[in-house]
Amino acid sequence: MTTILQPDDAMIPGVSEPAKSRATRRVRGLSDRAIAWLFVAPTIALLLAINIFPLVWMIRLSFTSLNLSMSYLPLRFVGLDNFTDILTDEDVWIRLQTTAQFVISSVALQVVIGFGLALLINRQFRGHSFWTTMILLPMMLSPAVVGNFWTLLFQPQIGPFNYLISLFTGVPPSSFSMTGEVALAPWTIVLVDTWMWAPYVMLICLAGLRSIPDYIYEAAEVDRASAWRQFWSITLPMTVPFLMLAVLFRAIENFKMFDMVNLLTSGGPGSTTELVSITLKRAAFEKWRTGYSSALAIILFVTVFGAANIYVKVLNKVKQR
Amino acid sequence: MTAAVAKSTAHSIVESSSRAKAVAGSLVILYAMITILPLVWIVATAFKSQSDAIAYPPKVLFQPTLEGYVNLFTVRTRQTPDFIAKLPPPQTWYDKLVRQHDMVIAGPSKVVPRFVNSLIIGFGSTFLAVFLGTLAAYAFSRFRIPLADDLLFFILSTRMMPPVAVAIPIYLMYRQLNLTDTRLGMILLYTAVNVSLAVWLLKGFIDEIPREYEEAALVDGYTRLQALRKVVLPQAVTGIAATAIFCLIFSWNEYAFAVLLTSGEAQTMPPFIPFIIGEGGQDWPAVAAATTLFVVPIVLFTVLLRKHLLRGITFGAVRK
Repeated sequence: MTTILQPDDAMIPGVSEPAKSRATRRVRGLSDRAIAWLFVAPTIALLLAINIFPLVWMIRLSFTSLNLSMSYLPLRFVGLDNFTDILTDEDVWIRLQTTAQFVISSVALQVVIGFGLALLINRQFRGHSFWTTMILLPMMLSPAVVGNFWTLLFQPQIGPFNYLISLFTGVPPSSFSMTGEVALAPWTIVLVDTWMWAPYVMLICLAGLRSIPDYIYEAAEVDRASAWRQFWSITLPMTVPFLMLAVLFRAIENFKMFDMVNLLTSGGPGSTTELVSITLKRAAFEKWRTGYSSALAIILFVTVFGAANIYVKVLNKVKQR
Repeated sequence: MTAAVAKSTAHSIVESSSRAKAVAGSLVILYAMITILPLVWIVATAFKSQSDAIAYPPKVLFQPTLEGYVNLFTVRTRQTPDFIAKLPPPQTWYDKLVRQHDMVIAGPSKVVPRFVNSLIIGFGSTFLAVFLGTLAAYAFSRFRIPLADDLLFFILSTRMMPPVAVAIPIYLMYRQLNLTDTRLGMILLYTAVNVSLAVWLLKGFIDEIPREYEEAALVDGYTRLQALRKVVLPQAVTGIAATAIFCLIFSWNEYAFAVLLTSGEAQTMPPFIPFIIGEGGQDWPAVAAATTLFVVPIVLFTVLLRKHLLRGITFGAVRK
């Protein structure tokens, strides 16, 4: 024990002689509690200034009829009018439905592909580490840049996507437009989102698969459980908490989705891919309806926050089991 | 004993048979190739001529040219052949390249200032976030802070808000403070977003450093701050570096705040790239060139981060 208390140069790099200047003695006067607060305070202060103060301000604005394009008008408080306007507006409900469809279908697809890939990669074939890194690349890119370059790939005439599809199916490449058709556009954003984020689910699932101790499978082998049975009674249940974590993160991120879709379809054609973030952007930064959009922003935030809280509770229950 | 049994059966998941490995390997490689294809196409498009880039059917084989890169960095004007014939002979290879299309270079494009903005805002916000994050994470890791769990949750929750929603009050606030379209404003905003990630990740990394090391230093007469500087930080260096790269990637890639809160002075690359236009619409080779230059650092970082990637993307919730 005493050897640990002796500062050992090999163990503690950079420690040579304790400095005893006047300055350090003054610092020594700081209690641990003072240091703790001194260290936490700047972060909290920054978040209060950049996140909480604006949020409180936004809550106030949500009860006003402020419109920045007519900011000469005096600030008028309208009570809950903005909220009732939004919640009774059929368009807003349609946008929320579009968003929900996008979130559910993209997350579902990512779970299937991500989990499948994780199962395959977990076989530890030669070179799996290199190919895993390749697969991970899309999720590290800027969603905006991704949305932008996929518009080139999806061009009906010059883009390689339609051309490849026509090579395999014989459909003429200029007969359909992935970003311009009402029937296809919602699937186009799901496709690109999945291209980007299936690796994310894969990476988390892989961690789940690797967390399962070998002896469980060995015991199953002794009991002559089939591979199929092993999958359903060992692999899947033990990866579920990881899978749910991935779903939580993806669902929140996709509910907030703005950048990729804004550049890929900018909500079109018409408003078939207008996710609620895009509606919000239009209300706030094109129509400049600040009061109205503040109310919408608060509704969205409460939704994400509430859903995430419920989900985390469920997740913890699953983990305990 | 049991291990021997497991190895003897072919369908064990513990030790896959070589055939299962081969099948899994080829499926994964196939998926990886399909996934990489769009990126390869963009990198290739950057080396296409204007007409090859918009050729039908799409060209897989083409004569590579640096036109895209030249167009990305320059502003050009169209001139009559007579005018160009009267000019002195082109000084450089890029002058020559541009004149082949009856154009003359009029000056540099805005790509360099935008790139510089991305660098300054990226590194500035990363430095601040990691600095603040390290202090807060150390405090959360080593001291008893009242309501620590609530504070940590508060720090994380600031990241759940949709960026467009956050941008509305920030826009109003920045207008009052004259921070709209300034690098300082963007650095502060990105720092606030990144600091939540930094605190959560770094707390995990610092938790893993045994307390005994510092306690030994404290017994030996070091102050807390000295112990932090000379004992904890050197051990946390990998974690700090990984956190910094995650923050940098976020700031580098961010689009929503950048497009809503900047218009010129402080504009970064993501809102700029889609608006690189030539005669008649997007100049695809130039857009592809910008995308390539923009993405290369990210690819390098991904390879560097490979070991810590899982941690970073789950806010430290999953470690391994």
